[in-house]
Amino acid sequence: MIPIEVLVIGGSANALDALVEMFRQLPEPSLPIAVVIHLRTNEPNVVVEKLQSLRGRRVLEIEDKQPLEAPAIYVAPPNYHVLLERDRTLALSVDPPVNSSRPSIDVLFESAADALGPAVVGVLLAGVADDGVYGLARIQEAGGIALAQATGSGRYRPLPSNGVARFGPRIRELPLRQLVAELARLGVTPEG
Amino acid sequence: LSSATPALLPKRDDDLGTFVHAIYRAYRYDFRNYTEGSMRRRLRNALTYFQEPNLDRLRIRVLEEPQRFTELLRFLTTPTTDMFRDPIYFRALRQVIRQLDPRDTLKVWIPCCGTGEEVYSLAILLFEEGVLDRTLMYATDPNAESLRAAEAGVYTTDRLVAFKANYELSGGQSSLTDYYSAGYGNAVLDRELKRAIVFFDHSMVSDDAFAMVQLVSCRNVLLYFARELQERALAVLSDSLMPSGYLGLGLKESLRSTTFESQFVEIDRDARLYQKP
Repeated sequence: MIPIEVLVIGGSANALDALVEMFRQLPEPSLPIAVVIHLRTNEPNVVVEKLQSLRGRRVLEIEDKQPLEAPAIYVAPPNYHVLLERDRTLALSVDPPVNSSRPSIDVLFESAADALGPAVVGVLLAGVADDGVYGLARIQEAGGIALAQATGSGRYRPLPSNGVARFGPRIRELPLRQLVAELARLGVTPEG
Repeated sequence: LSSATPALLPKRDDDLGTFVHAIYRAYRYDFRNYTEGSMRRRLRNALTYFQEPNLDRLRIRVLEEPQRFTELLRFLTTPTTDMFRDPIYFRALRQVIRQLDPRDTLKVWIPCCGTGEEVYSLAILLFEEGVLDRTLMYATDPNAESLRAAEAGVYTTDRLVAFKANYELSGGQSSLTDYYSAGYGNAVLDRELKRAIVFFDHSMVSDDAFAMVQLVSCRNVLLYFARELQERALAVLSDSLMPSGYLGLGLKESLRSTTFESQFVEIDRDARLYQKP
């Protein structure tokens, strides 16, 4: 089995709380992690600010051609797409928004699937947008592991059912706590 | 300058490498050293447009129908940007302009200017700083179609909300409406701005420096170049700069871990402005 090299996480703007909670529960990740959360242009990066408030995490806003190093968390800057390259760097682009979003989760997920396929774990947090569903299916297709956050609360809609049917019938949906446990089991944290 | 060694050597089973080599051989447009992720994404969009199932089929199609090459090129060259994108950059640039010797003729180069939004943003800034009438701006791009659009300076009015917001955050001293006339869904940039600008064909990949300038504004272009091509492009930019000349990059681009890091002084880290000694 090909060892997992990178974790990619995506969510819409309202998934930020879930992201922070996930990292609170996920002690000392041992892999590089790339994160796309939808952000407003011309405003400070709230994702970086929130994650930096957690102790013991190395959190960086992505610069062009940033090499991936464990155990840092790499956060997409506003108004840029992030793409994972085969040489394990993160490239940026200012191509038009995808799913009305820049950064777009699909762009990161699809490039990760292309570049490192089975060495990728993708996590899509529950939110209000469809962005990320297609990319998550691409990760699954490329032999990676695709996980989605299931929501019981009904506040945000889970994966759009038509999207899942069309793109990824085998994507596993898990509540946040089980999702974290699954990541630990996969070896994303050493304690796992 | 010697041309860079291709990073995307076509492995035997590499459809992308085969594709970009074929385009290079047939049309002399060199995408061999572009970042792979963006190339794949752009070519997927081209596949949809041309209704072809894969890159092999698209390659054959574009080689057989040369008249369609300009359509393919639309997908592969500089994307559209917003006027005054990254207001922090333009605020910093105003300070730089104010420090220049007011007696000198100012020369500015905007490589890979795409459809011209950045060019007109700079022209407006230079006008407001009172130097446009003694400035010569070179706006270049390898795509003839983009250059024509840049020269026309016509943008759809639905984009003006974002342009105006950026302009105001960038320290604009007037109202953006002073610089265009709008009608029938289009905004046409003022002819007076265009008088200072020369538009022409130039490729950062295959051409060399062509003039000496005091300012090069090359933002979010290097993003699409793999490391070796970035080095080549930076050499062209550096060769074009007079002593004490300024280089502006995109907010997430830098000279760090390039051979040019030691040859420039970082004068504004947040705005990514550099100066030649």
